[in-house]
Amino acid sequence: MSDTILSLEKADLTLDGNAGPVDILKDITLDVRRGETLGLVGPSGSGKSSLLMVMGGLERATGGKVHALGQDLTAMNEDALARFRRSHMGVVFQSFHLIPTMTALENVATPLELAGHADAFDRAAEELSAVGLGKRMNHYPSELSGGEQQRVALARAAAPRPEILLADEPTGNLDGPTGQTIMDLLFDLNARHGATLILVTHAPDLAARCSRTIRLVDGRLDRQAEAAE
Amino acid sequence: MTAARNIARRELRNGFRDGLRGFRVFLACLTLGIAAIAAVGSVREAITEGLAREGATLLGGDASVEFTYRFADDAERAALASLGDVSEIVEFRSMVTVGEDRALTQIKAVDDVYPIYGDLILDPPGPLAATLQGDPPGAAMDPVLADRLGLQVGDMFTLGEKAFRLAARIESEPDNAGGGFDFGPRTLLFTDDLDGTGLIQPGTLYETEYRLRLPEGTDLDAAEARLDQALPDSGYRWRDSRNGAPGIAEFVERLSAFLVLVGLAGLAVGGIGVASAVRAHMVEKTATIATLKTVGAEARTLFTAFALQIGAITALAVVLGVALGAVLPLAFSPIIEDRLPVPAAISVYPLALVEAALYGTLAAALFTLWPLAKAQDIRAAALFREAGGMPAGLPRRGYLIATGVILVTLVAAAAVLSGIPTHTLYTAGGLLAAFLALLATAWATRKAARRLARMDAFKGHTALRTALGSVGGPSGEAAAVVLSLGLGLTVLAAVGQIDANLRAAIQRDLPEVAPAYFMVDIQPDQIDAIRALENDPQVEAVEAAPMLRGIITRINGQDAVEVGGDHWTLRGDRGVTYAEELDEDTKITAGEWWAADYDGPNQISFAAEEAAELGLKLGDTLTVNILGRDIEGEVTSFREVDFSTAGIGFVLAMNPSALEGAPHTWIATIYAEPEAEARILRDIAGDFPNITAIRVRDAIDQVSEILAGVAAAITYGASATLVTGAVVLIGAAAAGTKARTYEASILKTVGASRATILGSFALRWAILGLTSGLVAVFAGAAAGWGVSVFIMDTSFRFAPGSALAIIVGGVALTLVAGIAFAWGPLAARPAQILRARD
Repeated sequence: MSDTILSLEKADLTLDGNAGPVDILKDITLDVRRGETLGLVGPSGSGKSSLLMVMGGLERATGGKVHALGQDLTAMNEDALARFRRSHMGVVFQSFHLIPTMTALENVATPLELAGHADAFDRAAEELSAVGLGKRMNHYPSELSGGEQQRVALARAAAPRPEILLADEPTGNLDGPTGQTIMDLLFDLNARHGATLILVTHAPDLAARCSRTIRLVDGRLDRQAEAAE
Repeated sequence: MTAARNIARRELRNGFRDGLRGFRVFLACLTLGIAAIAAVGSVREAITEGLAREGATLLGGDASVEFTYRFADDAERAALASLGDVSEIVEFRSMVTVGEDRALTQIKAVDDVYPIYGDLILDPPGPLAATLQGDPPGAAMDPVLADRLGLQVGDMFTLGEKAFRLAARIESEPDNAGGGFDFGPRTLLFTDDLDGTGLIQPGTLYETEYRLRLPEGTDLDAAEARLDQALPDSGYRWRDSRNGAPGIAEFVERLSAFLVLVGLAGLAVGGIGVASAVRAHMVEKTATIATLKTVGAEARTLFTAFALQIGAITALAVVLGVALGAVLPLAFSPIIEDRLPVPAAISVYPLALVEAALYGTLAAALFTLWPLAKAQDIRAAALFREAGGMPAGLPRRGYLIATGVILVTLVAAAAVLSGIPTHTLYTAGGLLAAFLALLATAWATRKAARRLARMDAFKGHTALRTALGSVGGPSGEAAAVVLSLGLGLTVLAAVGQIDANLRAAIQRDLPEVAPAYFMVDIQPDQIDAIRALENDPQVEAVEAAPMLRGIITRINGQDAVEVGGDHWTLRGDRGVTYAEELDEDTKITAGEWWAADYDGPNQISFAAEEAAELGLKLGDTLTVNILGRDIEGEVTSFREVDFSTAGIGFVLAMNPSALEGAPHTWIATIYAEPEAEARILRDIAGDFPNITAIRVRDAIDQVSEILAGVAAAITYGASATLVTGAVVLIGAAAAGTKARTYEASILKTVGASRATILGSFALRWAILGLTSGLVAVFAGAAAGWGVSVFIMDTSFRFAPGSALAIIVGGVALTLVAGIAFAWGPLAARPAQILRARD
């Protein structure tokens, strides 16, 4: 049990839609082990990204329990969740989600700054150099290509050295070779720092690089697939 | 054109379906601006119409013929009587005495025909003749004066050397609005009862007015011409019911012209909101425009389509604004009529509405052309890139020229229609300068914020750094907020600085040098006794000068008004003096003062500044009509006259032999310690009841009160500008909600608490508010300086209180607007916001 870093117990997610409540996730029970790479796969609309958001406390489960590093995320308020992410989690999105009014360096430094690191900017610069953007630190997101923006997002997620790294289709908006570079960087982070990587993807080859894969169908875990795994 | 029209129609249909969401600020700004101008214009028209309708009542007759200093002689009375029924009125200032108590009053002595038009309402009610009849004779009094002296109806008081009985209090006097500025409340009595008061003596400053009731259908111009023919050299002043209260009419005209200028400033502020709204709309339409270009739409077609759409919404704003501007005065007519000192015929005045619609349409065209012109340069390729807003650079040259033409047309229309072209041009120039200064400041603020955000000192302070990053970032929010709020605050700051300086000039600077009393109607045999007051230890100085009243009728033999135009020195009668020697404080700027015992042809010394304005040169001859007699003299010197110290200042002085023979009185100014004022007044009133003493502090208070009213009217106008600025600000805050929600979601994702995010939002608004306030204070002070020095001819002193209020107000406004729109972004769930963007 001690090597479980994240666990979900009968977690549900129901959201209000125009036509009434919509069940997004149903009865999800799952343990994620420290240091593993977990791929979340499934058809579009199956709830992969929603599951990732629940794991990251970005979406609050409407039923069941979500524990991360022994702490109950479902019992935390929004600020407590923010503080928890600041210390333990990094998130990478398909659409990068950089703050458009901040330069690459400022974007990467922000979580470090929020966590109270005095050397936030030095560490952010190192992190950007590590992803090959040492010369573009003072560029705004609008001045960077998609691949570059995703590398900034990756550096931002990795900079606080999180125990858990959540990535939501991080190569979905990138061409093949660029996507490949990003994935290499992600898996490298996992390998070098021992961060647990949870990855949502449509790409079978990426899923194949993960140590474990979970398939979602219509908001539920596909146990058969898990069993086959 | 058909394609453009169809696109426009579809866009409009979608817009209306959406409740014109993107155009609410556009509509609000334009509607407010147009409504303000239309309302001011309607009230102005209502007053003009009211004055015209009530002209005869205000004037007291169909026509009025005024003599200064004298009654009409028999020939003149006969000429007047040949035109119609005549009523004679005498007006002058005097002192009412009740025991030891004295107060200044404006005496109006009438005959039994008064009033020709309108009703005099007395308390207790009754006809004037019956009320005043008796021995001692009766008089009616303004309740303010009666109350000040503690007089009840039936009590006795003294005018000059004669006792009167307070027979009634005056509730309403039909012809009291036309007289303009009076220093004392009214005492009304019969002219016959003036006998024995000793108040009308040779040289006393009084005016007689002969009000005429003309037969119905009389041509006023023809009547005036007939009188002119019969009395060519009488030196009278003709007024008729077409302009019953010229002073008030001119005052109202000027005040409303200034209010229209303030309204135009409001429209300029609103214009920024309009431009921002159109820009935001066009950015939102980037994909539509790019798609339409992909399928073959030409730039011109797209411009026409969106111009039609914006034009339709402008038309809606014009209709709403004009309707609101027409309805507001009607809705508030009881309050407006109650507040105005003159009759107003509140109604719908199409001309005023058309004027407002014209300004609104031109302003809308001016502020929408630029973003529309830029939008047509959006390339089809925008579809394949992330839409990055409007293309950079200037619009095509044709649009730049068109923008210039619209700007010139707008300013020219305002210059012509306001009736004060010079002030309009100054206002337009000032607004343009403020606009450019704010634009430059917005740019500098962005640069500075960007630089500060990267400074080591701010690292570790996430809220401050993200705030600075946002202000310095690539969004256009900083410019929109600084421009709109800054321009609104600038107008308010300018009004604040002007108001503070006006009050200071009157209440602070003037009393330091002003005398305690002005004394008028001093008979020549009384002047030595007045001068002897100088021996009183509590009297600092006594200045005295002979005083005659004269009208400058000719300059070098030509009609003076034809030569000098509408200069104040040529309007009606002016004080004229004579002196043997030049006062030691007075400086001759050109020519020479006459010798001490000079007895040759008449010489004139004229005030230098006024002479320059009239275009007078040394050697010019002036004809002055004094008591009906023309006195001609040659201008032999110019001298500096300071009218602002409330001392004795005459525009025109002559050598003694020119005027000594004419009947005249003296005026004196007495500089005394405040505690001695009451005693001096008592002594003089006791010894010389005919002398009228005007307490300078009372006069200053009265002027201050009038100016306070003017300042209040203009401040209300300026506040309307600020309201428009606030609407633009709210628009900018609302428009940025989406971006801030996104930003808050990312910040939450990377670990920022809501307090940190709120702090960052508050800080960025405070920075923008502070910047706007600071620029507004500088720009407002510059405008205040210009108005004080060049228009009001006073010195300027920066008023820190008003400036501080503007800065604090600016920060408070932005904070309130910013924080009001922060709750949405703060409450948003990051997962949904971020996924919606994927």
